[in-house]
Amino acid sequence: MSRLVISGASILNRAPADIVVAGDRIVEVGKPGSADTSGARVIDADGLIALPGFVDLHTHLREPGREDAETVETGTRAAALGGFTCVHAMANTEPVADTAGVVEQVWRLGKEAGWCEVRPVGAVTVGLSGTHMAELGAMAASAAQVRLFSDDGKCVDDAVIMRRALEYVKAFDGAIAQHAQEPRLTEGAQMNEGVLSGTLGLRGWPAVAEEAIIARDVLLTQHVNSRLHVCHVSTAGSVELIRWAKSKGINVTAEVTPHHLLLTDELARSYDPHFKVNPPLRTTEDVLALREGLADGTIDAVATDHAPHPSEDKECEWSAAAFGMLGLETALSVVIESMVNTGLLDWAGVADRMSVRPAAIGRVKDQGGLLEPGQPAHVTLVDESVSWTVRPEELASRSRNTPYRERVLPGRVVHTIFNGKPTVIDGRTERVH
Amino acid sequence: MNKHLLSAGDLSRNDALLVLDTAAQLAQVADRPVKKLPTLRGRTVVNLFFEDSTRTRISFEAAAKRLSADVINFSAKGSSVSKGESLKDTALTLEAMGADAVVVRHGSSGAPHRLANSGWIGGSVINAGDGTHEHPTQALLDAFTLREKLAGGEGDLAGKKVTIVGDVLHSRVARSNVLLLSTLGADVTLVAPPTLLPVGVETWPCKVSYDLDPVVPDSDAVMMLRVQLERMTDSYFPTAREYSRRYGLDNHRMSMLREESIVMHPGPMNRGMEITADVADSRRSVIVEQVANGVSVRMAVLYLLLGGYSPAQAEAEQTVEGS
Ligand SMILES: [Zn+2]
Repeated sequence: MSRLVISGASILNRAPADIVVAGDRIVEVGKPGSADTSGARVIDADGLIALPGFVDLHTHLREPGREDAETVETGTRAAALGGFTCVHAMANTEPVADTAGVVEQVWRLGKEAGWCEVRPVGAVTVGLSGTHMAELGAMAASAAQVRLFSDDGKCVDDAVIMRRALEYVKAFDGAIAQHAQEPRLTEGAQMNEGVLSGTLGLRGWPAVAEEAIIARDVLLTQHVNSRLHVCHVSTAGSVELIRWAKSKGINVTAEVTPHHLLLTDELARSYDPHFKVNPPLRTTEDVLALREGLADGTIDAVATDHAPHPSEDKECEWSAAAFGMLGLETALSVVIESMVNTGLLDWAGVADRMSVRPAAIGRVKDQGGLLEPGQPAHVTLVDESVSWTVRPEELASRSRNTPYRERVLPGRVVHTIFNGKPTVIDGRTERVH
Repeated sequence: MNKHLLSAGDLSRNDALLVLDTAAQLAQVADRPVKKLPTLRGRTVVNLFFEDSTRTRISFEAAAKRLSADVINFSAKGSSVSKGESLKDTALTLEAMGADAVVVRHGSSGAPHRLANSGWIGGSVINAGDGTHEHPTQALLDAFTLREKLAGGEGDLAGKKVTIVGDVLHSRVARSNVLLLSTLGADVTLVAPPTLLPVGVETWPCKVSYDLDPVVPDSDAVMMLRVQLERMTDSYFPTAREYSRRYGLDNHRMSMLREESIVMHPGPMNRGMEITADVADSRRSVIVEQVANGVSVRMAVLYLLLGGYSPAQAEAEQTVEGS
């Protein structure tokens, strides 16, 4: 059995320790220098923070169908570089992941790529049409073991379909991950509706279009006693609604994207479509409420909504451009800037919101464990002391649509260990098989 | 002046007055037998129209030609501009042709801004109307007209009461006018049903009223905005009749205006909807003058952005040539 010793890492930023890995498990955690390194590969982690491998609840890998934007191979490689050991692949591919066949295909592609675990998300309705429920049971029972279902990109806006889906997934401990966007209120919407949209002459996407769906869905979830996950929460009002729902004991969880924790609608002034995303960047007040919600646990997880697009879909006028931005390789740095450096979240908190809770929400058995003997060896090692300049052409994703071009961000993932094997060493990917 | 004219908000009070004063000087050229100045000889002005607007294009074309510029009309309408590269590709083509100024009309808000800031082209970009964003030269010609009619053709518009009525939400003319006229000291009031006012309008440098009648008697100028019938289909208001009754300018409302007050419209008009034919053709209406002033103002903008020498110098040269 292969042995790996991670020496001198500060687990969750506590006192340094040696972590000994045998096969795909952590077998020993002890004082620095205590580990037997004979016959073992040694990773010098002196001065680095060790965290459980990150789990992303919201990744668009684009395969099958849009391999010009991203593939399972390129997207999961980007994930590994970002410190992720598991990603949830969204269902809005071509064909849509609405059958056992498609989710198994994506799951298998993930296994073959080997950079991290790929957990397919199944579509709630056939072809994301919003009208007929997809074969959720078949996807749950497939090799992909789907537990999260989402029409992401589109909202399950029909209240009856949403109710039925929430009820149906109870049979296999599933959850509906809702992209909360009332469609009529957001027809042709281009950016956050507010003072700036009026000035810029871009059609507004009002906060109420998100909040109205969340309000309805938490009440439906309460009524049928099921489990709801809210994707990419973007407004202060949504945070309040979720806080209220949790206080009533409703089984709801929520995620926030890194970009909604850092960027605001002011960036739309440039009319640069790299800042066009759905839901849109909101106001400073919203950003602060989201940070507070993530800090106090109202929001459970950071999820990237990594959305690759080819450059022709961004190098154009705003209204013609596609919605979405890359997120996997910059997620941790943005969380450090918005949450850690602001004193809102400590490193145990980062581990909780980026690994433990998302793994629990996705019902991912072998992820999100704390770094203790007996746990699966998924480890992300972070250097918080460095900063780096984001250069789109240096990213591993097949696309270049990062909103952080030339921005200096704090902290970097140095090494990533997935299933006991290094996928990233010194910030570069290692061939794993 | 900035290198580009993208928003009326880019113009300081001094910039705006410089454009208006220059336009006033250049307007005199129109009264001369030889209507041309050699100022922009050898320079290339491209009219890049992604959206049909014959009147605006002709106005810019006349302005450029009176300054002796070479004019290229590039109509991109009909080509596949709905998506992707074409704005960039078009820009690169224009750059290869050596355009000194690009006058751009586009259905998408911010497209001129994008052209100016993308690094795709080196020349000046003039916004000739973008989506529901802005139309700064329309605001300049409106300001010029207001100054001629209400302020003796000089100085600013301090204290002049200008009422803008109609579909503010979708109007690039309204946005540019609020910015420019307030910069020039005018007291602007927007009048519209609440559905046709943008979120955040209370932060704009103007007043807002849902009722037209109380505002009319105190107005020095009333500017009527075009209201498209499709807004009715989208439930912005119930019927054309109700709209006209509450927000249209008819003889009765016009009779409430003071003697010297004027009526404006950026065109094209929806006669019978926001304005009756009687009002449009009345002696108070300055709609035809607005069109004439458009050429002078656009000459001034081209002239100032392309760094032509002063009108006096240009005239001297013309005199030499003429002799
Ligand atoms: Zn979504």
